Amino acid sequence: MSGNREIDQVSGVDTTGHEWDGIKELNNPLPRWWLWTLYATIVWSVGYMVVYPAIPGLSPGAGASKGIWGWSSRADVRNELSAADAAKQAMTDKIAGMDINAIMADNDARTFAVSAGASLFKVNCVQCHGSGAQGGPGFPNLNDDSWMWGGKPEQVVQTIAGGVRDTTSAETRDSLMPAFGKDGILDAEKIGQVTNHVRQLANLEHDAAAATAGATVFAENCASCHGEKGEGNQDLGAPQLNDAIWLFGDSPEAITAQVNAPRHGMMPGWKAKLGDAKVKQLAAYVLSLGGGQ
Amino acid sequence: MNTHTIIDKQDVKAVNTGAKAQGNLYAVHQKVFPKRAEGAFRKLKWIIMAVTLGIYYLTPWIRWDRGPHAPDQAVLLDMANRRFYFFFIEIWPQEFYFVAGLLVMAGVGLFLITSVVGRAWCGYSCPQTVWTDLFIKVEELVQGDRNARIKLDKAPWSVRKLGLISLTHLIWIVISVATGGAWIFYFADAPTLFWNFITLKAPFVAYGTVAVLTATTYLLGGLMREQVCIYMCPWPRIQAAMLDEDSLVVTYNDWRGEPRSAGTKKAAAAGLAVGDCIDCNACVAVCPTGIDIRNGQQLECITCALCIDACNGIMDKIGKPRGLIGYSTLRDYNHNMNIACPDATDDVWGRIDPALVHKTGGGFVDGLKHFDAKIFFRIRTLIYMGMWSLIGVGLLFLLLTRDRLEVNVQHDRNPVAIKLSDGSVRNGYTMKILNMMPEPRTITLSIDGPPGASMTITGMDEVIGRIAHVPVEPDKLRALHVFVTVPPQLLQAGSTNFKIVVTDEQSFESDSYQAIFEVPENMK
Repeated sequence: MSGNREIDQVSGVDTTGHEWDGIKELNNPLPRWWLWTLYATIVWSVGYMVVYPAIPGLSPGAGASKGIWGWSSRADVRNELSAADAAKQAMTDKIAGMDINAIMADNDARTFAVSAGASLFKVNCVQCHGSGAQGGPGFPNLNDDSWMWGGKPEQVVQTIAGGVRDTTSAETRDSLMPAFGKDGILDAEKIGQVTNHVRQLANLEHDAAAATAGATVFAENCASCHGEKGEGNQDLGAPQLNDAIWLFGDSPEAITAQVNAPRHGMMPGWKAKLGDAKVKQLAAYVLSLGGGQ
Repeated sequence: MNTHTIIDKQDVKAVNTGAKAQGNLYAVHQKVFPKRAEGAFRKLKWIIMAVTLGIYYLTPWIRWDRGPHAPDQAVLLDMANRRFYFFFIEIWPQEFYFVAGLLVMAGVGLFLITSVVGRAWCGYSCPQTVWTDLFIKVEELVQGDRNARIKLDKAPWSVRKLGLISLTHLIWIVISVATGGAWIFYFADAPTLFWNFITLKAPFVAYGTVAVLTATTYLLGGLMREQVCIYMCPWPRIQAAMLDEDSLVVTYNDWRGEPRSAGTKKAAAAGLAVGDCIDCNACVAVCPTGIDIRNGQQLECITCALCIDACNGIMDKIGKPRGLIGYSTLRDYNHNMNIACPDATDDVWGRIDPALVHKTGGGFVDGLKHFDAKIFFRIRTLIYMGMWSLIGVGLLFLLLTRDRLEVNVQHDRNPVAIKLSDGSVRNGYTMKILNMMPEPRTITLSIDGPPGASMTITGMDEVIGRIAHVPVEPDKLRALHVFVTVPPQLLQAGSTNFKIVVTDEQSFESDSYQAIFEVPENMK
């Protein structure tokens, strides 16, 4: 090899003998600091492999080596989550011990409960009530001031906790409107009349003669639950009929269909799944939407 | 003339004349041992160093009373609460344009200074220069002046050498720690942080910052010094665009110095022409970047003017007028060179004939150009001054007229509008009221429409119709969820404009937001 040594005239450095288009590669040594850095990283990597999980497949199914510090990214996440829980613990405990009216009156507790309730709502409630709690046909709008089962704080808590027509919940809200048409209680003519009467109660366009005739039908069949003037009854979950809010729509067809064979909504009772404290947080959020009473 | 004066020639060579000058891209670093300089510029530099370091180290300790609701530190960058305090000024993050404006002013100011006196920033006030100067002073106090330092550097290792070198580095590190330490006090209450820092209770970021700044100060000021200016700093490259031929730069006036001669008398006796330069190398010995100013304008020259001091001292000793090296413009220099060089061509000055500029009895011939204060005021500098003042006046105007009360409004979007059981329609708004004063205020929030509208606020019972009185904590933002409801008989489908107004009844400060009330077609 020494026989092939060729020294570049300009720089006085050996060439490697590689040549491209008359340009020869100089055999400059690596800078010393660079080389030492490389060696240092190699030493570092040995220590790293001992301390941290590094070597996969040491035994089948065992995953990577654990490393003597036992560090893992999942444990980090677990620690962070429990630290976050611990940070919230004081407030969560405080809310658990308070009644909903007290929570709504306490600025700190309410702020915390509303934020916590908002995230619970996104996970558990938006599927039916919508992302803005604005509901839809058959699913109540929680922003407005019309409440089937009551909009007072304790009523809202009870509705969320027990659910509506949830057969698995002992504390469920329950009521049933008869299928007046389908079960032959009223004939088509009377249903038409009562439909007109209901629209009259709500100040909607109606046939005056039919509405007057429907008044009797209403008094005999409907007033016991919905009230004489259609003011509703929150104890029975009977919707108010003389207002502007209509769960299944205010068109004559929609009202007729509902009298004929009513559809009933169902909501699971959340107490079993979420527990008391979270139910109160959800209630605080719902009340913060502006419709509470 | 004092005929007995003996000026020793300094044994020194400019560091930028070796390998690099011959076209090599790599040059082995040569240590520079700057000699102590004495004179007017050295004094000025001490004063500037004392002032700038004084400002840097002491500012965080100045107290400024802002009442019970704001910190009492005169200059404080409160990152956690996102507030910046500067004496009587308090800046919120959205007012950061003040800082941007100040930075623009600093930039234009730098252009102005550079166009007038060249790299004065580099030579006098750049932190790199100030700290390097301080570190060289420490070195000189511990190890002695230039010759003693060179001797010590060449001497074999001994207890004495080890002691002196260690002491130098120890003092450097103490200064570096103080430098890094002072920085963190701008970001927290200084006395509290100082106590926490020494009792090891300060946050990790404080120790980390001090460690990094200690390392950089020690490295840049103690070890790398002039190499930072020559190799790392972009400003020497940029400044060429800022200079013109009317800028004052440190100049060796070869029209009066050349031909230089160490043995002036012998040369004169031999009938040779001699200039004022006695080739004593004093200017090279004091240079902190180790160059020879007599080689003309160089990238390495930071215009610290110490060579002027050194040369003036020599000129005083040999009884010649000062200013062989001095601040001069290129225009004056060229003018004088044209007089001194009888056979100048377009490309080369050629031979310098000292007889053409020197009078025989001492002094200079008429017609030479010397410093004239008029060069401070020329189109270029006037434009810079104009820009600088314009931005300054603009910022001042903004500062004096800025809002200390603001309202930001976000219309609820999901859902936009809600129909209530009586047929009225409600819109929701998140309103953020910003009380940017360090005192509690009660802000009057009101709406001027839409027709028939009334207002309710979550968590507040004392709302009357369209007006609410909202207490806001000092220096805080208060977010409110406000509902605006319009009764059914007054509903107008589509968008209705109305104004949300916040007012401080005491100071009559006010801000408003043009909002929209939305009624979807199917809710009318």
